[in-house]
Amino acid sequence: MTDQMIAPVRPETVDVDAAIGILKERFPDAVKDDTREGYVGVVVERSQLVEVATAIRDELGFDYLSSATAVDYLGIEDSMEMVYHAYRISGGKPLVFKAQTPRENSSIPSLIDIWPGVDFQEREAYDLYGISFPGHPNQKRILMWEGFNGHPMRKDWKEAYYEAELKPFESRWPKGYVRRSEELNIFGKNVAYPADFDLSRLSDDTEASLYAGMGLGVDVEALNSDEELKTDRLVVNLGPHHPSTHGVFRMVVTLNGETIETLEPVMGYLHRNHEKIGERNAWNHNMPFTDRLDYISSMSNNLGYALAVEQLMSRGMRYTPPTYRAEVIRVLMVELTRIVNHLWAIGFLLNDLGAFFTPALYAIAEREKILDFFEATAGSRLMCNYMRFGGVFKDIPERIRSTANLLNDKVRDFETTQYLTQLITETLPRAVDELDTFLTDSEIIKTRTIGVGYLPTETAIAYSAAGPLLRGSGVAYDVRRAEPYSIYPELDFDVAVRYNGDIYDRYLLRIDEMRESLRILKQILPRLERTKGESFFSGNKAVYMPRVAIGEAYGRVENPKGELGYYVVSQGDPKGPQNPWRYHVRAPSFINLTVLGQMCKGQKVADVVAILGSIDIVLGETDR
Amino acid sequence: MYGVGILKGLGVTIRHFFNTYVEDLRYVGKKLNNTQEFERRQGVDSTGLYTVQYPEEKIAVPERFRFVPFLVVEDDDHPERPGHDWCTSCGICPKVCPPQCIWIVRSEDPVTKRPIPEPEAFFIDIDICMNCGLCAEYCPFDAIKMDHDYELADYDRTGIGVHIHDKEKLSKPFSYWRKIAPTTAWEEAVDRGGWEHIDVIKQKQKSGAPIAKPGPTWDSPYVPPIVPVKEEAPAAETAQAGGEAVGTAAEAAPVEMSAEDAAKEERRKKREAALARKHAKEQGGEG
Repeated sequence: MTDQMIAPVRPETVDVDAAIGILKERFPDAVKDDTREGYVGVVVERSQLVEVATAIRDELGFDYLSSATAVDYLGIEDSMEMVYHAYRISGGKPLVFKAQTPRENSSIPSLIDIWPGVDFQEREAYDLYGISFPGHPNQKRILMWEGFNGHPMRKDWKEAYYEAELKPFESRWPKGYVRRSEELNIFGKNVAYPADFDLSRLSDDTEASLYAGMGLGVDVEALNSDEELKTDRLVVNLGPHHPSTHGVFRMVVTLNGETIETLEPVMGYLHRNHEKIGERNAWNHNMPFTDRLDYISSMSNNLGYALAVEQLMSRGMRYTPPTYRAEVIRVLMVELTRIVNHLWAIGFLLNDLGAFFTPALYAIAEREKILDFFEATAGSRLMCNYMRFGGVFKDIPERIRSTANLLNDKVRDFETTQYLTQLITETLPRAVDELDTFLTDSEIIKTRTIGVGYLPTETAIAYSAAGPLLRGSGVAYDVRRAEPYSIYPELDFDVAVRYNGDIYDRYLLRIDEMRESLRILKQILPRLERTKGESFFSGNKAVYMPRVAIGEAYGRVENPKGELGYYVVSQGDPKGPQNPWRYHVRAPSFINLTVLGQMCKGQKVADVVAILGSIDIVLGETDR
Repeated sequence: MYGVGILKGLGVTIRHFFNTYVEDLRYVGKKLNNTQEFERRQGVDSTGLYTVQYPEEKIAVPERFRFVPFLVVEDDDHPERPGHDWCTSCGICPKVCPPQCIWIVRSEDPVTKRPIPEPEAFFIDIDICMNCGLCAEYCPFDAIKMDHDYELADYDRTGIGVHIHDKEKLSKPFSYWRKIAPTTAWEEAVDRGGWEHIDVIKQKQKSGAPIAKPGPTWDSPYVPPIVPVKEEAPAAETAQAGGEAVGTAAEAAPVEMSAEDAAKEERRKKREAALARKHAKEQGGEG
């Protein structure tokens, strides 16, 4: 053994356990193993967090910070902690490190200088948990409004219409005398303002802080020389109600003439505190809620959550992993979802470029056929709620049948296998090819997109960009390959990658990815046929309230929009709680927006819309 | 050459344009109410763009389609328990409901205070319901099912019976469920071992009475619940329950009634009679 050790060990290539060893050696005082039951990684003394994080990035090579989130351990440890998941861009397991802080006057040094991608995530932790991040240049609320009282994700914070800490609520059964929550809890009653808060000056205040530093009030005469065209600085609000923002999203832009000087995304208009709802819910209650994140691709949202909880369940007793049939069906659904999403993304990117609705409609027409299959299988076109812990909801039906009933008067009847085969081998490839012919060579599109919204490789990695945004900038990082899950290891596919990092490449990349998805689907079809009749669910269907082993887990999938991660913590009840203690969604749409300001700098105002369209966000996921 | 890409793209648009109208020309005058053409255009083969003219045209929903739950009750012509709830108020659906929109009042025996396996009241707030279908999935009695009726718009959302569906509004006969979801209903019947409620099947298995079994395939003819021969019923029970049932029937017989009211009244009488019979049986069993 020792002979092999002669070659110098390159710390940036050692596995995670060895990396932790090196880290503990270097920082013996600051880095400790996380010894709590079911936890992984290290706990870092917060005073030395920046040094340790620098070492993790530069010496150990974990250059991609996937997720940074806070957990409130009120009643268990009476502390809060930030949890970071750092990956190597070359793939592999994460190095999980945590920093703890007392709940009062909580503060943890900002890592924004090491990974600029934590920008929004730290702001979110500040907003929802009240942890302050010394060193963060722009520490203000991101999802809630400035005047919001308290930090809603703290365990002792109660929402309006609060009923009980955990579901299921006692009042529903056996004495479930119905009432509407607003009847008991009239609007306005559960709203509290800080003591020194003055409602009348609210709007001025928040907007002023937003516009501060936007470069208003500059003397135009002094700014421009006589030779050049005189331009004025102008602050423009794009959104929140604007068709190009794909929802209620706002960009505050400072323009110099038509050129963008600064851009700041403002979000939270669709915020519903998904994570708080998730912590009140029981484990299986969350499955339909994940549908509502990225509502274009609910199937893959389901899969990510199922994977995270299955990780936890696999540590407890009485758990059998999903059957092969279940995995095949899952991959089938997820890859179809990817096509659905990319068709949608391309269609609406073209909308943003001004090709109003013709390409979008062609793309949506093809998407409908996939949704028909989803509807016949899962029961719903968008909110599929299809995956379960240990399998899927139901097997694929033999026929895609619609019976005319009292309400509906048109009948359809297809044999499912035939429908799927035709869809995957003929219809969808034809549709992708058609989009390709339709758009790829178009001179208008090329002029509008080539070289616009450039994102360099290093910036993409540093800003934790994920999905098509990252791969369009020349990083072949795909969770399906980097940290494979389900049956992806046995499937033959390439990670699509493009190198120019502009809108055009992101568009081409989506076309490539659809072709790769079709390649996967063609391999899925014989597997579906082979496993016909096998069990699609490994657990016990009668268990309606599963208990999950104590510990933490981070399940991530390659969602069409990027890496979707679920950080779940199971704590409290020693028998295995039936409600998650922490349920965090690493939303790709949200984190991909961190780099939007960078990409738009120096571009023309008309291109902002296209750049945003090329990131492909969904506000259900951004605002959560 | 500059512009070739645009021309190629426009070619696609023109092809779509013609595909759309070629279909129309081929089926001129038959566009509406022609199920076969509809099926073709809505299937994988279709190439043109095609609009479903809602609300004149409606796409039939597949049987797994889920929208706001309903409660299964026995058909009105059920020989033993017409209008009887399948729900036993076991309380699983309000527990698995993610937004907690199901409210059940469990009924109790007024004397013994023991729960009776039939809900006294059942409410679903459809404004809160997220149509996830977990209630139907986990119901061990196949008593709550997802409906296909998606047209629930109303001018008023407050109040019980409008957007808070109560038991009366929720209850739909088993035949309705078989109609909207024939294969699923058949699969469930196979799992239960008979067409009827699981408790009835168990009871019949115990007493050796014939059970209405589902056929080998989902579209095999439906076997309705078997009508029991009168003599098979225990003598004590018929004496007690029969007397009561006759009494209620005699009481409620007004001369003039609209057809609808009559049907309602008939249903109520049947239900009461069945309930009385059951009650008598239970008391008999205890005594």
